[in-house]
Amino acid sequence: MLATRKRRKGPGQEGLITASPFLLPSLIGLLVFSLLPLIISAFISLTDWNGLDQLTAPGFFQEHFIGLENYKAILSSSEFWGVLWNTFRYIIMYIPLMLVASLGVAYLLSRQRRGVTAFRIIYYIPVLTSWVAASMIWKSMLSPEYGAVNNILAIFGIQGPGWLLDEAWAMPAIVLVSVWKDMGFFGLILLSGMVGINKAYYEAASLDGAGSWQKFWKITLPLMTPAIFYVLIVSLINAFQLFPQIMIMTDGGPNGATQVMVERIYKYGFRYYRMGYAAAFSWILFAIIMVCTAIQMKGQERWVNYDS
Amino acid sequence: MKKRSLAILAGGMSLALLLSACGPASTPAASPSSEPAGETQQQTAEAEPVTITYCNFNASGGNEETLQRMYEAFHEEYPNITVEIETIAMDDYFTQMQTRVAGGTAPDCYELNIENFASYANKGVLAEITDVDLSSLDETALSAFNVDGKQYGLPGNFSNVVLVYNKDLFDQAGIDYPNEDWTQDDVQAAAEAIRALGDDIYGYYQPLTYNEFYKACAQFGGSLLNEDKTEFTINSPENVAAAQMMADRVLVSNVQPTDVQMGGMGDWDLFMSGRLGMIPTGIWAFQSFTDGCDFDWDITIEPGEVQKATHFFSNGLVINADSEHKDAAATWITWLASSPAAAEIRIEAGWDLPAVNDEETLASYLDITPPDNRQAVFDSLDYLVVPPVIEDYALMSDIIGQKLSAAANGSITVQEALDQAQSECEAQISLS
Repeated sequence: MLATRKRRKGPGQEGLITASPFLLPSLIGLLVFSLLPLIISAFISLTDWNGLDQLTAPGFFQEHFIGLENYKAILSSSEFWGVLWNTFRYIIMYIPLMLVASLGVAYLLSRQRRGVTAFRIIYYIPVLTSWVAASMIWKSMLSPEYGAVNNILAIFGIQGPGWLLDEAWAMPAIVLVSVWKDMGFFGLILLSGMVGINKAYYEAASLDGAGSWQKFWKITLPLMTPAIFYVLIVSLINAFQLFPQIMIMTDGGPNGATQVMVERIYKYGFRYYRMGYAAAFSWILFAIIMVCTAIQMKGQERWVNYDS
Repeated sequence: MKKRSLAILAGGMSLALLLSACGPASTPAASPSSEPAGETQQQTAEAEPVTITYCNFNASGGNEETLQRMYEAFHEEYPNITVEIETIAMDDYFTQMQTRVAGGTAPDCYELNIENFASYANKGVLAEITDVDLSSLDETALSAFNVDGKQYGLPGNFSNVVLVYNKDLFDQAGIDYPNEDWTQDDVQAAAEAIRALGDDIYGYYQPLTYNEFYKACAQFGGSLLNEDKTEFTINSPENVAAAQMMADRVLVSNVQPTDVQMGGMGDWDLFMSGRLGMIPTGIWAFQSFTDGCDFDWDITIEPGEVQKATHFFSNGLVINADSEHKDAAATWITWLASSPAAAEIRIEAGWDLPAVNDEETLASYLDITPPDNRQAVFDSLDYLVVPPVIEDYALMSDIIGQKLSAAANGSITVQEALDQAQSECEAQISLS
């Protein structure tokens, strides 16, 4: 279909001319607020700019150019590897938990029961809540002695941990809050993948005597893989960019246990006045995300099923 | 087909997110300028009218009008100088200022807190303040804004820390009130006596934070840097002793509540609830304590160890190195910091203290009670300790703060914490 249209209208120039006024506003936005800063940050990462000197001053670049020094300094610092490890620790806990929780949300919402709309709204409320407000509330809920979480645990005779004040528990706490916040959004995406499955498959399976568990494993899950794939891509990128909940709930503490990459980038750029270093740091983050996403895209051939 | 497009969407989305990943570091370069520095191009000759811009954060949240009254008084004295005042909330202030300075659109003069002052002064974006009379300003406060012998800032406001104590708890424990001869041993003994009054009554509260730590170091005769600021001395025996004392009060004698025992309660709230014997805290607490305490309280100079050392907090008023009206800016900030008229308005509004050395100007401050011993506020000035200002001040304070909090909850020892802080500071900060 695409091919025939191309033949008829030539290489689509006419369409482009009609479309350009409509595309222009978002293209300008992309250019000015994304592409341009992206290019500038690449240059900044090669300098020792402190974030206060005027970038536009004549000869600035020549005077402050230090080559790949920032990259070398970052990659050879023990701090970077510690921060990378913290980020991975978050990802390793967050992705599986989030996926299971969102699948659960999707499954519950897919059952045609009374009040399903109300539940959809309830699961989506955390998504709409601002991270700042959510973090403040969770910070007090996770307070070891007087917080709601440990008091509820105490009802069941469980002595809750120190959560955000405990080096071992701070990151798991951040993970739990993030899963709570994100499961509504990803659950809704998975739900759309789930309800899109042709009912005929289930009927056929029932005739063959499949139970509901078998149907879920053999039909629902395989046919949902495109939606799951999308969720994995987006959530992994989100996870690398973990930031507001850290800034508000722990500020990187206790003892650096929740220092992650974007938190470091922000602090180096705007608190420690090492903007060149921060820019290089963000390009390293970019490279890591790029590689991880590329691996995911490549790996999809093995498990994502597009023939429903 | 529909699901294919989902995959394409995933790809496109990931690219968009990738692009946004690099946003934060480069925003200042792309941000539009908000306000040109000097609009009037006249030279700053005495009579010619000038308009200068002044940015601050300290007036936000309650003292905008006080600042406006100060300006009106100033403008009467100097009718040729018009000041456009912009007050920005603390949360946004430093990001805004960084963007403006880097973009060449910084105001003619502005306010900086001590951490950011150190960074700005060392990066050449501030003008040296010369040709103004600084004799009426407190010397210690002035020295905090002096870098390599050059005055880059004036102490715009001023507040310090004293020991506040709950008289009722001291009476109940049957012990003497603290006085200016006390050392940390007396504090410990009194704190233990008060702690014994009840399970949820505590003797003392001084968190093991960076700010409290550098002061305690001074009380024990130590410091974070050697004298000419060329080496870190974070894990010196004096500093370890200071931090050990602070940690032991929480973890060993427990005269001070742990984070868990505090359970998110604020330190002032603990004091106002009548369950805390002593707290070294800022004089800006007086109003809250007057309103919130239903018991008798008073103050004294904070006890030391081998010597006394007391905190002071001051924000620097600085001049933009690129300003076209440096003289007018200097006139305005000098007036704001040191004139009796500004001091009077400031005291009347209860907006910190002016950093002036003339006690007569400050006399009206002493008339307000409680606390009865308000004189201790001024007596404490003899023991002020200046924060160890270096270019990478924020980085140093964050590193030390993280290690201290680990020591405070007992996950590493005090010695380990300070050894780690020492080596991390050495690795990340070059002192030259």
